[in-house]
Amino acid sequence: MFFAEIIGTVWATRKDENLKSFKLQFIQPINGKREKTGDPIIAVDTVGAGVGETVMYITAREAVIPLPVAMAPVDASIVGIVDRIDVMK
Amino acid sequence: MILGKVVGTVWATRKDEELVGMKFQIVKHLDLDYKVKDTFVVAVDTVQAGVGDVVLLCSGSSARQTALTKNKPVDAVIMAIVDKIDIAD
Repeated sequence: MFFAEIIGTVWATRKDENLKSFKLQFIQPINGKREKTGDPIIAVDTVGAGVGETVMYITAREAVIPLPVAMAPVDASIVGIVDRIDVMK
Repeated sequence: MILGKVVGTVWATRKDEELVGMKFQIVKHLDLDYKVKDTFVVAVDTVQAGVGDVVLLCSGSSARQTALTKNKPVDAVIMAIVDKIDIAD
């Protein structure tokens, strides 16, 4: 699981059948100090997060598990909204 | 998932039997300003995208999670055609 900040939304009418009704968010991966790490990616939102929020996301084949469908071409999904990060210095 | 732009098509007569009937597109990676990067990937098209379309790419084992690519030797699919992206400033 990784941290990211939601930076935008993607609209796509024509998509895989199993992805209908899911929200696609643009997320910028960040580290524990909230510094940007790597390029932004697109993730399926399963928790109703909004732009500007810090979230936790999962990648790869496991990203399909939180979705209410058995099969979907999804390699990143948001699974939690982060309230606070405590990191030891 | 990541953003890409379809720039061409691949034709291959001799290929794995499991891949017969699939359409292969050359997809260049895009940044948030729709600027084309140098890197590209060959992806199976599941949404009938055309050259010039901005699309979403799903990679890795998640690429096998569509009706067309289930249990097939595929590691990248085009799973949506992007209408619009909203990025917060």
